[in-house]
Amino acid sequence: MSSVAVIAQTAGKGAAKSAARRRRAANDSHGAGSAVRRPGWVTYAVLGLVLVLSVFPLYYTLLLGSSDQVSISQSAIPQWLPDLSILERFSEVMASTQINFWLALANSTIIAVTVSLAVVLFSTLAGFSFAKLNFKGRGPLLVFVIATMAVPTQLGVIPMYILMSDLGWVGKIEAVIVPSLVSAFGVFWMTQYLEEALPYELVEAARVDGASMFRTFWSIALPAARPAAAMLGLFTFVQQWTNFFWPAIVLGSQNPTLPIAVQNLRAGYHDDFSLIMGGVFLVTLPLLVIFAFVGRQLVAGIMQGAVKG
Amino acid sequence: MATLTSTEPVPGLGAHRQRPPRRLGFSQKLSRWDVKVSPYLYISPFFILFGITGLFPLVYTAVVSVHEWNLLGGQGEFVGLQNFDDVLAQAVFWKSLVNTFSIFLLSSLPQLVVAITIAALLDQNIRNATFWRMGVLIPYVVAPIAVSLIFGRLFADQYGVINAMLELIGLEPVRWHSDRLASHFAISTMVNFRWTGYNALIFLAAMQAVPRDLYEAATIDGAGRARQFFSVTIPQIRATIIFVVITASIGGLQIFDEVRLYDQTGLGGADRQWMTTVLYMYDVAWGGQRDFGRAAAVAWMLFLLIVLIGLINFLVARRIASSGPRAPRVKRSVTKRLLQEAKAAGAGRPGPRAPTSGHGPKHSSTTTDRRNS
Repeated sequence: MSSVAVIAQTAGKGAAKSAARRRRAANDSHGAGSAVRRPGWVTYAVLGLVLVLSVFPLYYTLLLGSSDQVSISQSAIPQWLPDLSILERFSEVMASTQINFWLALANSTIIAVTVSLAVVLFSTLAGFSFAKLNFKGRGPLLVFVIATMAVPTQLGVIPMYILMSDLGWVGKIEAVIVPSLVSAFGVFWMTQYLEEALPYELVEAARVDGASMFRTFWSIALPAARPAAAMLGLFTFVQQWTNFFWPAIVLGSQNPTLPIAVQNLRAGYHDDFSLIMGGVFLVTLPLLVIFAFVGRQLVAGIMQGAVKG
Repeated sequence: MATLTSTEPVPGLGAHRQRPPRRLGFSQKLSRWDVKVSPYLYISPFFILFGITGLFPLVYTAVVSVHEWNLLGGQGEFVGLQNFDDVLAQAVFWKSLVNTFSIFLLSSLPQLVVAITIAALLDQNIRNATFWRMGVLIPYVVAPIAVSLIFGRLFADQYGVINAMLELIGLEPVRWHSDRLASHFAISTMVNFRWTGYNALIFLAAMQAVPRDLYEAATIDGAGRARQFFSVTIPQIRATIIFVVITASIGGLQIFDEVRLYDQTGLGGADRQWMTTVLYMYDVAWGGQRDFGRAAAVAWMLFLLIVLIGLINFLVARRIASSGPRAPRVKRSVTKRLLQEAKAAGAGRPGPRAPTSGHGPKHSSTTTDRRNS
């Protein structure tokens, strides 16, 4: 009986939503595609310059990694083209017990994958609840979530360290994983997306067919949330992969992630910039490879995030 | 629309109430319970975990800051505001605050201008749009700590590429590490490197949401492209600019990674000329002093500072947002009279304030005005 009440309450809203969606779609198709003139060469020249500046630091890393210590100490740009000798630096960095490259790679992978999956799951669950279910206190709780996005939680590292030390987690990757399992931004993002993408009618239909709340979430909301969930997972992955401050504090150099391995490089090789830069490039490479495949999605994600918040 | 959004039960359904109450079976009870509890169950992972790992540490920082507390010895006795006194008496703390602000200002303003410019370039009908958009985003996937190391080398005092280029065009080399302002410039360049393209894409999205008929109207009115940019585009993306400035200031005041590997020791240089406040906090807690109490005091003060700046940002933003871009100046008495008329017409219904700019961002409006049951 109670589910009927929920449906009766939300049926109007659902219809209103879909009507609003239709109208917005009509507006979009009407407004776009008026400017067709191609810009002149100046645009491409400036953008080309931006591109060069974006890529040069990485290219320079490749150059230093390809040359030897002596020539680096004699000239700012020892050579103009990278060569295969960088592979020797790679193998030396991989073999070094000070850097712990393979452990770092494994740790970074485990942390980034676990956290991304957890953030996506918990955010979608909470987003489904906030966007499509009725419960007391929903408004204030959602406002709370949004407000916490602006809170600099990084400044709580000292009690966090005390907490981890009490749990005996200092030096273990649990200490990095557990605090990152949820994200206020993720909840907000999924709420926004599901409000638009999941029609009330679909939720109602599932309920009428006798599906439990969780079944409705799993079979209706989760599939509908897939595009936004993929974006959220991607950004969480990049963020975790490049995260340094907290892991460096709680893990230390013995059980590193890849960013900590960068610090180990600096400490381990002092001023041998050929090895250091070779190592930095090696550490950066996995994410560059991933970027080659999902860069398009990252661009789309940033641009959607801007409109939606 | 009004008929669709009505949440009142259909009158016909009221007939059910006259019937004697039917006894509920177990599965129906379960279903009712499911409907009531599930929403809370689904949001609970976020609130529980955030409470433990986000909110609690932040609040507990205040507790640590009024105790003697060491990395090795643990909690000591209550010392009141002694830790705050100690920190405020240290010249390095003040120096780190100045450094942080200097680096923040050097990175935020130029970044804003360049990002908007790039966005404007990308907002044209360019060939291979996806290629260029991906191109400006490449720096985003380089870890800040790697950026720190790479730029430390680019800006090396000797045999650095930047200095080599300066010498090539006949300028004196700059001491990028030992000179205070120069080091701030180098560090803000790292921030700009990583975030300019990212923010450009945010601005690009905002620019693409500007209704094209505004540009058509401006063209008819005889506005050139520059005039259109400053009188149509910039006012229209104002909300996004405010959003970017606020997020940049929250992040920028906590800068740590970029300075950490700028030189060998990573403690802000010989004279602490580029030590930031978070780096200082790190050094107090895990570096030389190993003093958690004082570090917590630093964290707490920085937190209050960030909140304060966030509030100032917010107030300034609201001021800018509530005064239209080219709104004609109206005397206060006229406004008052108009308001009274409007109130009389609206029969005292408060209602949301009408937006002064036609096209704000879509966010925030959808979340607040929904009614529960």
